[in-house]
This record gives sequence, C-alpha cells and structure tokens, in this order.
Amino acid sequence: MGQPKVDTSPKVSDEVKKTTCYMCACRCGINVHLTSGKVTYIEGNRDHPVNKGVLCAKGASGIMQVTAPSRLRAPLRRVGPRGSGAFEEISWDEALETAVAWMKPLREEAPEKLAFFTGRDQSQSFTGWWAQQFGTPNYAAHGGFCSVNMAAAGIYTIGGAFWEFGQPDWAHTKLFVLLGVAEDHDSNPIKIGIGKLKERGAKVVGVNPVRTGYNAVADEWFGITPGTDGLLILSLIHCLLAAGKIDLDYLARWTNAPLLVNEAEGPEKGLILKNAESQPFVIDRRTGMPAPWDGAGVQPDLGAVWQGHRTVFQHMAERYLSPDYAPEAVADRVGIDAARIRGLAAELARVAFDEAFELPIAWTDFRGDRHEMMQGRPVSFHAMRGISAHSNGFQTARALHLLQIVLGTVEVPGGYRLKPPYPKPVEAHPTPHFVAAAGKPLSGPHLGYVRGPENLALKADGTPWRIDKAFTWENPFSAHGLMHMVIPNAHAGDPYKVDTLFLYMANMAWNSSMNSARVMEMLTDKDESGEYVIPRIIYSDAYASEMVAYADLILPDTTYLERHDCISLLDRPISEPDAAGDAIRWPVVEADRDVRGFQSVLLDLGARLGLPGMVKDDGSPKFKDYADYIVTHIRRPGVGPLMGFRGDGTAEGRGEANPDQLARYIENGGFYQAHVPDGAQYYKPWNAAYQEWAVATSFYETPQPYLFSIWSEPMRKFQLAAEGQGFLQPPDHLRDRLKLAMDPLPVWYPPFGEAARAEFPVHAITQRPMAMYHSWGSQNAWLRQIHGKNYLYLPTSIWEAQGFGDGDYARVTSPTGQIVVPVAHMAALNPDTVWTWNAIGKRKGAWALDAGAPEAVEGFLLNHLISEVLPGAGRVSNSDPVTGQAAWFDLRVRIEKVGPRERAEPEFDVLPRVVPKGRTRA
Amino acid sequence: MTALPRATEKALGLVIDLDTCVGCHACVTACKGWNDQGYGVPLSDQEPYGAHPSGTFLNRVHSYAVQPVDAAAQIVNFPRSCLHCADAPCVTVCPTGASYKRVEDGIVLVNEDACIGCGLCAWACPYGAREMDAAAGVMKKCTLCVDRIYNENLPEEDREPACVRTCPTGARHFGDLGDPESAVSRLVAEREGFALMPDMGTKPVNRYLPPRKKDRMQEASLLAPLLDIQATGFAGWLDRVLGKM
Repeated sequence: MGQPKVDTSPKVSDEVKKTTCYMCACRCGINVHLTSGKVTYIEGNRDHPVNKGVLCAKGASGIMQVTAPSRLRAPLRRVGPRGSGAFEEISWDEALETAVAWMKPLREEAPEKLAFFTGRDQSQSFTGWWAQQFGTPNYAAHGGFCSVNMAAAGIYTIGGAFWEFGQPDWAHTKLFVLLGVAEDHDSNPIKIGIGKLKERGAKVVGVNPVRTGYNAVADEWFGITPGTDGLLILSLIHCLLAAGKIDLDYLARWTNAPLLVNEAEGPEKGLILKNAESQPFVIDRRTGMPAPWDGAGVQPDLGAVWQGHRTVFQHMAERYLSPDYAPEAVADRVGIDAARIRGLAAELARVAFDEAFELPIAWTDFRGDRHEMMQGRPVSFHAMRGISAHSNGFQTARALHLLQIVLGTVEVPGGYRLKPPYPKPVEAHPTPHFVAAAGKPLSGPHLGYVRGPENLALKADGTPWRIDKAFTWENPFSAHGLMHMVIPNAHAGDPYKVDTLFLYMANMAWNSSMNSARVMEMLTDKDESGEYVIPRIIYSDAYASEMVAYADLILPDTTYLERHDCISLLDRPISEPDAAGDAIRWPVVEADRDVRGFQSVLLDLGARLGLPGMVKDDGSPKFKDYADYIVTHIRRPGVGPLMGFRGDGTAEGRGEANPDQLARYIENGGFYQAHVPDGAQYYKPWNAAYQEWAVATSFYETPQPYLFSIWSEPMRKFQLAAEGQGFLQPPDHLRDRLKLAMDPLPVWYPPFGEAARAEFPVHAITQRPMAMYHSWGSQNAWLRQIHGKNYLYLPTSIWEAQGFGDGDYARVTSPTGQIVVPVAHMAALNPDTVWTWNAIGKRKGAWALDAGAPEAVEGFLLNHLISEVLPGAGRVSNSDPVTGQAAWFDLRVRIEKVGPRERAEPEFDVLPRVVPKGRTRA
Repeated sequence: MTALPRATEKALGLVIDLDTCVGCHACVTACKGWNDQGYGVPLSDQEPYGAHPSGTFLNRVHSYAVQPVDAAAQIVNFPRSCLHCADAPCVTVCPTGASYKRVEDGIVLVNEDACIGCGLCAWACPYGAREMDAAAGVMKKCTLCVDRIYNENLPEEDREPACVRTCPTGARHFGDLGDPESAVSRLVAEREGFALMPDMGTKPVNRYLPPRKKDRMQEASLLAPLLDIQATGFAGWLDRVLGKM
C-alpha cells in the first residue's frame, strides 16, 4: 500500500493583519490570519521589537478570547437590586445620556464626586487627560495594587524602573539575578532573554520563595522567606563593601555618593548641602576645595569631610558595614545560609569586576569629559512583585537599585539598561495635581512625583483631596494612586462620599480587591435613607466579569482585535534600550455585537459633557472617535500620542498631525521605532549624545542629566517633617512609621504583617501563571484546560507534620478570615511559605462559565484573607507606607488539615447571568 | 498491521532543552491553534465552558519535582508530544494502515480517512503521545506541522513547527536528527541530549537536552575582607578602599 499523498502546501489564510496583543502588559506584535473574514490563527510578528516572532500561551489563544461567550453584547442598565443581575439592554444613546445625566451636575458642583479608576488600562495618558478635563482629582489606573513600588523606587533612585521600562543587556550580561519574579512582567521579553543567556551558558540566579517558571530554570535558587529580600540585598552590599568590591569610579562620577550631607542640627539636617547658589557641590580631589557637581574635569572625593559634613558615600558605607547586615546576622530571618549569601556576593563581585570588559564606543558625558571606551560590567538584575508587594517593598526596591549602583552595572554594557523615554529623573516628572474646582478642569496631570511635603494632596484642614488618599502622609509617593482603597474609602465616607464610581477593566468585586467578600457588601450596602452608600456605579469591560453584576450602567467594550488603541510614549510605550517604540491596535475584525471601544465612548461622553479639548468652539465633538484622537490630539506643540510618521510622514517625535498616520503604522506592522544613535546606547543619563537625541525625539524639552540618588532628599524631607521640622506636620500616629519608612538610605524593616507572626506562623503568597495571568484567562476555552483549578501548595515541612495526603483540603486562617481549599505538596518551596496561583478562582455564574466549573467550585482566592486596612485606629491602608502599593504578600496564615472535601469555601451565591452560559466553542 | 519503512531519507524531529523550558505552555496553545485549522479534522474541545472541560492537544507540558540528595528540590518542565519513533509501535499496531511513517522524512502521521478510531495505537504508544478526538472519533497526534515545514505559502523562515516558532525561550529546536552534521544533531552531541525511555525499544527520534547541574555556587575567597573592620574601624576601611582609586 502506497503512502497517502499529503498536501504540504495548503493555503494558510486569505490575509494577515498585523496588530498588537492585549493579554498582558507586554504588548507583543501579532499576525492575525483571517479566512473568509474570520480569525483563524494568531502568531507572533517576527519584525516586532517586543516579541520578535514568539508568542506566549495567552497570545496564541487569542482566538478563544475574541470568540468567548462571556463577551458583553450591548449596553445594560440595572433594573433590579444591585448585585441581583437584573439588567435590561439599552441603546448606546440612552446609556450615554444616562451617564451624562449623572456626571454633568457633579462636574458643575463638585467634580471630586466622580471617581474614575481605570484598572488594566493601556491608554492612561488619554484616560488621565479625560479625568483632568472633567476636573476630578480622583483618577488612577491599577498600579497601586500592582507594582508602584517597583516604578517609584526606580524613578526616585535611578530615574527608571524594572519591568517593561528597562532590561538586562542580554547580549553581554553573564550573570542575571531575578528577585521576586514569578512568571510575568514582562513575559516574552524575559523569556527571550533567558533563552539567550542559556544559549551561551550565562548564569541565571533566582531569588524567590517558589521555584517555578524562571526560578525553575535558574542555575542557582535562593528560596527566600517572603518580605526579607531587602535584608538579603543589604547583606550582599555589606559583603561587597567589606571586601572593597565596589565601583568607586562609577559612584564618584554618576551618583550622589560624593555630595555632602548637611550635619547641622535644624531644618536642613540630612539634606544635601548646597552652596550660595542653592546648588549641591562636591570636594574636588585635585584641590580639596568645593567644586560644582557637574564641573568639567572635577574629580569628586568620596571620602571628603567639609566643615564637618560628610559625603553620602560615607553615610552609606558606615550604615551597611554594620555587623547588623553581616550574612550571619541575617541568615535566619531570610532563610538562606550565611555561606550561600557570601557565595552570591562573591559571584556578583567576580563577574562585575573580574569579567569586566570595555566596548570601543567613544562618548562625551554631560560635564564635557570625553571617554574613548565604555566600561562594561556583565551583571544584571530584574525584580517584580515578589519583592515589591510588601509594606517594605519600596525600600527593598531601593536597596536593589543600590546594589546595582555599587556594582556599577546600571546603564553600562552588560548591566541593566533603561528604555526610552527613560532614564528620566524625578525632576523631569510632574508633581501631582489635585485641586478640584466646580466646572473647571484640573490644572495638570493627577499622578506625579512628590518632592516634599509641600506636594501632598492635602486640603488646608489636612484632609485628603483624593478619595484613595494618595499623596498623603499615609503614603506620600503614591505615584499610581491606590485603586484598592477606592471602594472601601467611598463606602466609609473617608475622606468623603462620592456620587459616581466609574471603573474600567478592573475586577474590583473579585480578584483585584483585598477582602473581596466585604467589598461585595460595600457595593450593595444602603444607608439609612435606603440609598446605596455608593450611589452610582458605571463599569466598562468587554467580558462578563464578577464586577459587572455590581454596576448600575454597563458600557460594553470591544475585544482587542475590534478596536483602536495606541501604545504611546506618553504613558507605557514598547521601547527597547536601543530604540523608542510605540504601536497601535486597529480593528482587524468588526465587532458583531452592539459594543464600542471604551476610549471612543469616553470621547463621546466628553463631548456630551462639553469638556474642554473635546468639543469645538461651536460645541460639536472635536474627535470622531479614538482613532481620530490618536492622530490629531496635540499634547504639547508638535507632540501627539504617536511619534512615528508625523507631519508629512517623515517626521519622528515632533511634527504636525498627519492624517495618514494610522495607515502608515498599519503598513509598518502596527508599530514604529526611533533608534538611539550610535554612541548614545549606554550611560544614557550622562551621555550628551543621548540627551540631545531625547530632546529631539520629544521625551523632554531640555537635556536632563542627573545623578543617581543613593541618598534620597525627598525622603529625608518627610523624615524631617516627622521629626517635627517644618510647617507641614504629619499626624502624630504616623510619625514613627514615617521616620522608619522615609529613611533617605535604603533600609529594611519587617513587613507590617509580621505583627501577626505568633498566631499565624506561615507566609501565604500568590503567583500568576505564565499561561494565564490577568483574570481574563478563565473564560478562554484552551487556557482553562491548562489552569482550571488551583491548589494551595504546601512545603514538605507542613505537608509531613500534619500528615496531608492527596485529595486533602486545608483550613487557612488569617487575622482577617478563613478559607477551606484543596492542597498539594511542593518541595521546591520556602519551608515557611504556602502559595497558590492568583485569580484562577471564579465566582459561580461569572465569565459565562457553568456554575459547576472547577474554577468556581474548587478554585479559590487568597483575597478573602487579606484586610484592606491595618489593625488599629484610623483605617490606615494595608499598603506600603511610602507608595501605597497593596501589601498583598504581607499575609500570614495558619494551616489546619480538614481532610478530603469537594468544594472550596467560602461559597458565594451563583451570580445571575448577564450573558448566556457558554456551550460550544467557536 | 502496518509496516514501517526500512529506512527513512531524513529523521525530522524536535530537540527540547529542559534546561531552558520555563513551562509557559506557549507551545501547547500555538500547536492547538495551528492544528485546529491545519492538517486533518479540528482539535475539538468538550464542555469548553463547562464543569469538566477537556479537549484534544497534540502537545502538553508537565512539571515534575526532582529532589536531589544534597540540594534543594527542583522543578523540571517537560513538554510531551509524539517522538516520531523509528520503530513506532503505533504504526505496526494499526489495523487499517491509517498510521504510517513517512519515507521521505520519518514523520509519523495518521491518515484520518483510513482511521477507524479503534485507539490501538494510543495503547501501543509508551509515551501517551496520541489523543483520540472525541468529536471526530479519529486519532490525532503531532504532525511535526507537516503542513508548515514544506509550505510554499509561508515565508521560508516560518517553515518550522508552530511550537518551535512560538517558543519564547528558544527551548525547542527542529531539524534532521538523521544527519549528524545538522544543527540539531550537533546540539544533541554538545549537550548530551538523550532519548526518552530508550528501553522501550521504539527508537524515538526526538531528543531532550538535560537540565544543567544546579545550586553549585560556593563561598569564594574573592570576598576576603580588605581588613578587619572591627579592629581598624570605619576610618581604616575608608582609607583602604579609597586608596584603590
């Protein structure tokens, strides 16, 4: 019998459209194959700078996302009690007029009564602008419950952050250390990078309580105790200092190590010493005399003492040389042997200094000094929520940046490289704007970087301007707001009541809130008069998430293949260290439902409300839709949402609006890159060629060279206030924690959750699975077959001590609540830690899933165990005291075996369906 | 019963690097996506939104715990698909000739027109690499993307299996393992690639590259302190360290 003939060259599709993925924050380029107008296959775009052709499990399952039965189909208005799921479909006109009827009086009387929070929004420069024009101070996206510690600590220290804002120099690094990186942020670029390192045998070190994902392939694993990363890092710094394995030249030239710290008692104590012109200065080693910090040829003296004032370097060295930071002193708390800590420090030193190299690239620094070579140090780091989602997360992230700095590995060949528009110092960012006035826009952007107490968003009576209490003494540097506190604060009327809560793409009635069960009650609670405590809730989402049931008005969004978007340099672009990059999404298929892209809806609302910038002089809408805005909106002269193909189509960065711009992006594969010129690729904060290019390309208006902040003056200003200096004073109950948390040098203190240690001896954390992070995966017919059920993973010590076996459940108790959940054994785990996958658990009836879906029956959340406020008076949020980042991983629990069960607890009622239950796959 | 070819002109297969695979499942869904619309009937799903979701996948990733004697426990992510064995028992057991091994490249395929869905081949495969499609009642398995690797409608660089093209870490490699000079054969030689369960006697073509040795970092003498800080104090340390500038 002959071999059958196989058609090995079938036609693949009718056409391929190139757009941008939206399963997470990576924003990879995708080729969407269409046959007879339907999506038939999605693969990575090989030309795209982010993913270079590869695609993750989520991206490759996009087809199940676009056809999911959980897609909302039309605008909805609540007709029964809130949470009852009784909705009626209404027209868009009705929906928009309803929203306008609610919002317009607020704008005219008290714009702060509208709280607009946008979750996993990828259009923050637009939604923020909208909120600014409305005039409410109450706007932010989801960074407060995600990783603002990572962002803010980076900006305040090196002028750029980990995650998508920078990356290791994959081509040159030889030692890559990951701290607290589960399996996300940013996903494909990290995977591609690890693949490159593995290919050439470079070493990967994982510091994480759980050894999965990237930590599973790490050559060395440090199964650290949660919340102690800062202590480990400072111990590494101790070892490096003691051995003299630090980059003195780097410290002297590029950091504030040689600046002098004012030692005089009084209001300036601990601030950087300034000269008569209010400029910081250094002592020049050549003369022993003061010299400008940025003077040509100046050789700053790290060891200088001038009129009793010592350098930052000396303060730093003195602190970390203390025996308190010796490996032997910290080993028990971090859960890692002292010998292994020393081993890691030695390896860092060996690779940074013994494997140092130079690239033959000549460059000139901001002082005007010319360098023939670029010094490289092939050690790099990456960190994420594992270290930052603690109440000591900001200082821990600062400590990690300090470690990079003393090794001289930031912005050098082989080290950690920032991506344009970063590096960008605090001084180049706005301060927060928050003063609401009836009928008026806000005077500037909501979110910014606080320099001192004078920038806090506090009214004259000391109460917060913002509903989330961002930029207050509770969390002065809350640069991303505190979305997780909006509902609890609005419910408590603390600091005030709001009228309309307007949310986009954030599952606050489920996995994005602390204390989810209580939050659901807050959403349905009524006051004495029988009115809802939170009177009105408008929600926009593409899918029937748990949050939908709790809204009064639903504005259904499109899926990611049915919409316009821009991934803009004005917020979170898709740059690489060697090129600024931005991108678009465009409708590669038409929506088959009565849904609209949320950004277009927002523009329509803005026009109906007559918001400045959204209407023409005659009151008619200024923008047809979001696509029109992307092309024609001008933020600053010559600068719009997209940098490519401006003006006549050849201008880059700056130029007039080009009506043909979107077509040119589509032609170019959906993205644009502006390449960093030769000689400007490294040493960017100090590299004159880079600074010039950055101005030309529109990142800032003038060159912004700066020194890395080992000593943080903004932090010291808050400490001074806490010590009683200055007119603006914190409330007494926050003084001690401000003194502790606002230390101008990186410091470690136990996470606040440790207070519960005696009764609750076990740490409990979550990670997000690579194949399904962000809560949207549960509705995906393919992905839910991979992660349809989560277990609480128990370390061997707990598993054996209580005699757990397969099929068992455990009762997990925290100071806040109790859950009963399925467990499994995992040996590759810190012995004092349990963990589970985040957001697998779903509420019955949500996401068009069967009520018996494993996600809803056995799946569970840890959220029920986490309080949104700390114990004690004052409703202080369970967040980092510097930035307000939700301290998810401070959680402590007790574990008790309950034997085999079939369902997790707590069980909630089945959510009434707003879309029919899914049956068959498209 | 179906005969295997005496020899094949090539031995196309996959080399999967277990030192690099992070277990992200990208290959799983890229495979599902391609093959749902590719060779043969679609890969169906049962109860896709129900209480017991299941479906046909030609490639799955499993994670295993490994506990070395003197080191921390490890996790190994292990992608599993058809190994395109030279002595493929799934072929010889097939009563209709539907399962066969291609002479030109060694790919083991199922001719779905001839498949009666008896499932014998899945029983015969020691690797669990075949899945009966519950909707179509025919046996599905990895085709090495036979409809991609020669496909003239695809750009040359895309003529590789979907799982290889999508793998973010580059842990999957495709090539002719019958040619000792091919890139994949050299990789296997360099990294001591191994065949899965060779004692089963099926002569699998695919190879796995073993995880490298882990957790070997030792305390090093490099960190010898400059001097005894306790004895000389901070000033002594500062002098010594700044003397290096």
